[in-house]
Parts: sequence; structure tokens; C-alpha cells
Amino acid sequence: MFESLTQGLTSAFDRIRGTTKFTEQNMRDGLKEVRRALLSADVNLEVADRFIKRVEESALGRDVLKSLRPSEQIVQVVYEELVGLMGPVQPAIPLRRSGPTVLMMCGLQGSGKTTTCGKLAKLLLSQGQHPLLVAADLQRPAAIEQLKTVGAQVGVPVYAEANLNPVQVCAAGIKEAEKTGKNIVILDTAGRLHVDDALMKELESIDKRCNPHQCYLVADALTGQDAVNSAKAFNDALSLDGVILTKLDGDARGGAALSIKDVTGVPIKFVGMGEKLDALEPFRPEGMASRILGMGDVLGLVHKAQQAMDEDEARKAQEKMEKGKFDLSDFYTQLQRVKSMGSFKGMLELMPGMSQMLGDDDDPEGEMGRIEAIISSMTEKERAKPEVIDHSRRRRIAKGSGTEPHEVNKLIKMFEQMRSVMQGMAKMSMMDRVKMMMGMQKTGALQGLAPLKQKERSKRGANISDDDRRKARKAEKQRKKSNRKRHRK
Amino acid sequence: MAMGSFFKRLAQGLQKTAASIGGGFRRLLGRRVDQDLLDELETTLITADCGLDATDRIVARVKDAFAQREVTGDLLDFVKKEMRGMLEQGGTALASVDSPPTVIMVCGVNGSGKTTSIAKLATFLSKQGKKVLLGAGDTFRAAAVDQLSTWAERTGSDIVKASPGSDPASVAFDACSAGKSRGADIVIVDTAGRLHTQAPLMKELEKIHRVIGKAIPGAPHEVLLVLDATNGQNAILQAKQFTKSVGCTGIILSKLDGTAKGGAVISIHEQLGLPVKFIGIGEKADDLEVFDPDAFIDALFSSM
Ligand SMILES: Nc1nc2c(ncn2[C@@H]2O[C@H](COP(=O)(O)OP(=O)(O)O)[C@@H](O)[C@H]2O)c(=O)[nH]1
Ligand SMILES: Nc1nc2c(ncn2[C@@H]2O[C@H](COP(=O)(O)OP(=O)(O)O)[C@@H](O)[C@H]2O)c(=O)[nH]1
Ligand SMILES: [Mg+2]
Ligand SMILES: [Mg+2]
Repeated sequence: MFESLTQGLTSAFDRIRGTTKFTEQNMRDGLKEVRRALLSADVNLEVADRFIKRVEESALGRDVLKSLRPSEQIVQVVYEELVGLMGPVQPAIPLRRSGPTVLMMCGLQGSGKTTTCGKLAKLLLSQGQHPLLVAADLQRPAAIEQLKTVGAQVGVPVYAEANLNPVQVCAAGIKEAEKTGKNIVILDTAGRLHVDDALMKELESIDKRCNPHQCYLVADALTGQDAVNSAKAFNDALSLDGVILTKLDGDARGGAALSIKDVTGVPIKFVGMGEKLDALEPFRPEGMASRILGMGDVLGLVHKAQQAMDEDEARKAQEKMEKGKFDLSDFYTQLQRVKSMGSFKGMLELMPGMSQMLGDDDDPEGEMGRIEAIISSMTEKERAKPEVIDHSRRRRIAKGSGTEPHEVNKLIKMFEQMRSVMQGMAKMSMMDRVKMMMGMQKTGALQGLAPLKQKERSKRGANISDDDRRKARKAEKQRKKSNRKRHRK
Repeated sequence: MAMGSFFKRLAQGLQKTAASIGGGFRRLLGRRVDQDLLDELETTLITADCGLDATDRIVARVKDAFAQREVTGDLLDFVKKEMRGMLEQGGTALASVDSPPTVIMVCGVNGSGKTTSIAKLATFLSKQGKKVLLGAGDTFRAAAVDQLSTWAERTGSDIVKASPGSDPASVAFDACSAGKSRGADIVIVDTAGRLHTQAPLMKELEKIHRVIGKAIPGAPHEVLLVLDATNGQNAILQAKQFTKSVGCTGIILSKLDGTAKGGAVISIHEQLGLPVKFIGIGEKADDLEVFDPDAFIDALFSSM
């Protein structure tokens, strides 16, 4: 995919080589390519068009650098703008010094709210906090049992009371937390459509009665064009404090991230990377930008692999990478670690070059087995210095691993490619890493861009007095109401 | 709600909105088919999640046939006909076998609406006098078995279940055997949600499919993929991978009661020939309708 973007851009832009400035005219075709890339990643059409305008404005009048292809220069601008728009990161959850901090989760049906409640509870518990989960979904059959099961899995108590209405359950849950000395309350609300007036009012009632300190939208990364409609409506109703994007463990390009951030201005705090209750990660705009552009998230991979290793191992691997001494033995160790972490194909796709080892139709686990078999048929020396592998060694390794000599060759080639990328990246700045990934020459030609203005966020803060908060909320309420009316036409 | 009435209601509601702003498609009458109009068409289709490829194709066809002509009722008919062609073949009828039970296997990604759709199907089929048995094949998600049990009770269906964590394939097998011995007309097997990229879980699904065939030769007779209408282009990848693994026979397009249009099914139908059989329009057991391509297309263009 990314290849097609670069190719498209290259042919669209390289015509203008030799001119000195970017102009509306000479960028038109290239920006169309960028727009296509965004739309096929499910970025909302209006958001994409606005984004293209920004890129155009940002590039307009810039000098066309002799040292860089014009297409490369534009991709850099696109990437920077994407990262800028989706950032900055704010993965911390602000906690109050005294009294329970109340977190409210909301979103469409099936987006992953209950699971994410469990994940947050687990995360907070591991940080030494004392969360309480509150089962406020009385709509979906067995939703209470689901939260209870999730609570038991992470060792966090669950408050549930089937005879109250959702507003009362939330209020009672907060009382329960005060009584039992819990410092965080997580409200698991029922899924609802943003156009369901009655249920949106119910959410507003919970918001009014319980005054949550943080309100998070749980949104599904598979969402298409509609992401803007629901996110905007939830934000208008509740003035959100954060977004958690789930189901990013698949192959969704995740354009919804940009769409949601663009229409709400609310920071994306975490991403859900699986069904398991530890599959929650801080949001990284860089990774997301690469993903939306179809470039793969190399850093995400390195990060993941490092998480799976112990600290010492990780540090050693990093040092080796920097020195270019990372060898097939280290790779083998990493593979073993990574293997415990789920989808191999997903992992490999994050690695430059490696995904070519896998065809579309291949069975990734099987392929992985072959890669492992090949490496384990090598001697120590061969793993440390793959360049010693000559014709006869290659045949021996192939025989020992039940593969073909050309496969051995392919693996070594891929590994060498990957090693040089890793070496470069271990030392580089983010932008350089991206350039590297895209096979660009390092030119130092990049001009820093002013950070983009953040939309003013809700007044909900951990350290504001309750009274001030109430006042701020009242004003906010009025604004929201009129917004919502507008939204519904 | 009577069959088809949802779309009618939807179209009516939308007509009102459209009329109030002067339009719907009718607003275009008398205009020239110029670049602006083609752009509007493109916007409508992309915003409905039809995707770039399908959109480009439709816009190109309109351009070829109508460029610089005045918009008449013909244009509307033309576009609709083009699109109906992209959706029509396949039909919405469910398979039914001579010696019951007919086995329906339901699959899809996490949270798409599988379990709820099963409850709706059970309701739909019971109304036709069919005896329905549900198999609680999602043994993974917390309280998934409880959820389906509640629906079995509410819809008056029989259910076969095992304790959480047990092998889903053997639950499916047991459900099929029980369906035979208890004289059920239809067995519907629920499965855990899984992303199509998760190879081990797709293998597990293939196994469930295989084992159902062992319990009842020729089964499952329908493999329904539940797609969330709010999903974008990823739905196409889901459809491809699930079809490759377990040979889907149709789609239930859920959550069409929101503002999403579910246009990705057009490409899915084009590429895989996989027909949409039902649409989900709410969380209740009777919020299911048989798919009507004309109404679907009308709803797609309601904002134009
Ligand atoms: N693959 C994947 N599945 C997820 C993730 N988060 C939630 N899910 C699954 O999505 C489905 C719906 O989740 P649930 O928490 O019940 O959603 P809710 O209806 O919003 O409360 C369940 O099958 C979850 O296991 C995620 O990050 N990745
Ligand atoms: N609005 C709406 N919600 C739906 C529809 N179908 C399912 N849901 C909701 O989506 C959520 C997930 O549904 P569920 O059947 O548990 O999904 P599963 O994980 O695929 O089995 C639940 O809250 C359902 O009530 C629909 O057609 N419309
Ligand atoms: Mg829930
Ligand atoms: Mg289910």
C-alpha cells in the first residue's frame, strides 16, 4: 500500500523537479494521491480534504529541495502533519488527591467498553491504585456477569445492583468506593447509538449526577466514515477527556484515529491491542501515522519485542542494534519472545522487508516455523556472521531445516536488510527513522513545523474544586445542548 | 415492525429532511452533469463507505453515459440500476434441507453483533413455525454463554452450552447432535468474535466448521458473516478472510439503525459474490429485516 502511495507520488511530483517552489498547480496530482491513501485508510472524507489543504498550505511556497525528490518532501510534510494532528500524547490518567476519581466510559455498542474497563482497572491496579468497577450497562443481556467475570480476572471488585437504574447504579457505585476506600471508580455504561435521544439523555444524566472527572470514548478502529458522526455527538453530549481506540491488533488502517481527533480535538490516550486484559498500550501518533499511510509500524514492533524481553536483555539488544551487531541468534531469541505475544503475521508486517517473506495466502505460523527451523539449523558462527554462509553451507542448512536453499538465502537477505534498518533506527530521530523506512536518503533538509494548536479541552481537571467544576460544567452544558440540537438538524 | 418497514420509515424520514432542504436526488433535476455534480456523487458514495474503487467505477459510468447532459429522472434510475447490479445476485433466502436440522453457523469479528443477530434470527425463524436450537459456541468471551442463554429464554429457543473455556468445536458438535435427536428444524451455532488476521483463531473456526460437518454431513448449510455497518474498508478484508476460511454464504449487516450506511458491502458483493441476507436495525430480538437492495440504495443516496 505504502509502495503504491510513494509510487503514485513519485510519478505525480517528479515532473516538477527542477522548478524551485511548490505551487498549487504543481502539487495537485500528488495531493490527489495522498487523498486516495487517506480515504482507503478510512479517514473521513471531509477530514481528509481539510487535511490535504493543511498539507498544501504547509508545503506551498517551500523551496523544492535539490537534494530530495519533491515526492519525498511531500510525504514528509504529510507525515509531520499527521503526527502533529493526532498528537500530543497524554497517556496519564489524572487522579484526584483526595476522594475517588471517577472515570466514565462511553461509546457505541460492541466497541469494547467493558473489556477496556477491565484493561484500565488492571493497569491502575498495577500502578498501586485501588479501582472499583461499576456495572452500569443494564441493557445488554449478561452485561453485568461479563463485567463481574472481567473484574474477577483482574482482581478488581465490581459493584452491581440490578434493581437500580443506570444513573442510580453509578451514584451508588461512587458511594460504595468512598465507603470501601477505593480511589478510582470506573463506570461501564451501556453501548448506545449517538442518535438515540433517550439513551444519550441517560448518559447526560449520569454525567450530571456523578460528575465524572474523566470521560472516555471507547471507539472501534475498524470504523469507517461514520466515526466522525458518533465521536462528535458523544463529545457534544459529554465533552470527552480522552479516546481509547480498540481492535488495533488487526489490519485496520485506523483512519478513524485521525477523523475522531480532528472533529473532537480530544486526545487519544490508549489503544486496545487484543482481547486479553493486558492488551492496552499508550497511543503513539507516529505509529498511527505510519499505519494510516500504510508504512507499517517498525517502532511499535521494536517496542513490543522489548516489552517481551527483560530489561537487561532489551538493553543488550538495543546496544547490539546500534552497533549493527544484532545477529541471527539475537533475532532468534526475539522471535521466541515475540511468539508468546500472538499474531506473528501482524508482527512481521511491522518489520520492513520481513512481510515479503509471507505471501498473502501463507500460513504465518507455518512460515514462522520455517524461519525458526532455518536459524536453528545454523551453527553459532553462521548466526553471528551470516556472510560466511556459502553455497554448500546453504544446502546443508536447507537440508537440516527441511527447506529450500533459496529460502535460506531469502531469509539472510531479509535479515540483513532488517538489520541495517534497525541499526539506523536505533540511533535516529523519529523523522529520520521514517525517512529510513521509506528508503530515503538522510538529508537534514527537514524544516521543523510549529506545533499545531490544540483545541481547548474540557474544564474537567483533577485538581479543580468541585464547585468550580460545577460552574464550568453548567456553562459547558449550555454549549453542548445547543451543539447537539444543531447536530440533529 | 413489519418487514421492509424500517427502510420505508427511514426513506420517509429522509425524504422529509431532503424535501425541507429542497431536495434529495430531485434537487439535482435540471442541473448539468458537470464536474461539480460528479464530485457530489463521489462524496455521497465515499461517505457511505462504498470505498474508492467502487466509487470511481460508478462515477466513471455516470460520466460516460451522461457527461454534460441535463439531469433527468434517467440519471437516478441509471445510478440505481448500476448499483443494484452490484448487489443483486445471490438472493436472501436461507438454505433449508430436506432432512432437518438446517445448520447455520455465525461468525465475524469482535463485537459485530453475532449473538444478538442469532437471537433475531431465532425470532424470525420461530415466527415461521420453526423449532430453533442455539449452540453456545462462544466459550471465550466473559459471560458470552450467559448472554446467549438469556436470548434463548427470551426467544423460546432450545440451547446447548458448555462451561466457559471448553472446546467450541465440541459444543458445536453437541448442538448439532442435540438438534437431530430433539427434532429441531434449525440449529444456529454462535462463535466467539475474532479478527480475521488471527491465524490460530481462524484455524479454530475452520475446525468448528469441519466438526459441524462431521455431526451432520453437508452442514453447516449456511455460514453467515455478521458485519458491523459502521465498519469501513476493513469489512472487505474481513469478508475475504472469513470466506476463505469457512466459505461464508451470506452477510448479516448489523447496526444499520445508526448513521452509518454500510456501503462496503457493495465491494464485497462485487468481489466475492457474497449477498447481504439480513440487516440489523436495533438491539431487540425483532430488529431484523430481510435485505432489500432497492431500499438500501435509496438510503445510500438519501443525503444527496
Ligand atoms: N481484537 C480485539 N478485540 C477487542 C478489543 N477490545 C475489545 N475487544 C472484543 O470486542 C468485543 C466487544 O467488547 P466489549 O468489551 O463487550 O464491548 P462493549 O459492548 O463496548 O462493552 C469482545 O469480543 C471483546 O473481546 C481489542 O482491543 N482487540
Ligand atoms: N444499535 C444496534 N446495536 C446492535 C445491533 N446488533 C447488535 N447490537 C449491539 O452490539 C453489541 C454487541 O453485540 P453482540 O451480539 O454481543 O456481538 P458479538 O460480540 O458479535 O456477539 C451489543 O450491545 C448489541 O446489543 C444492531 O443491529 N443495532
Ligand atoms: Mg459492555
Ligand atoms: Mg457474541
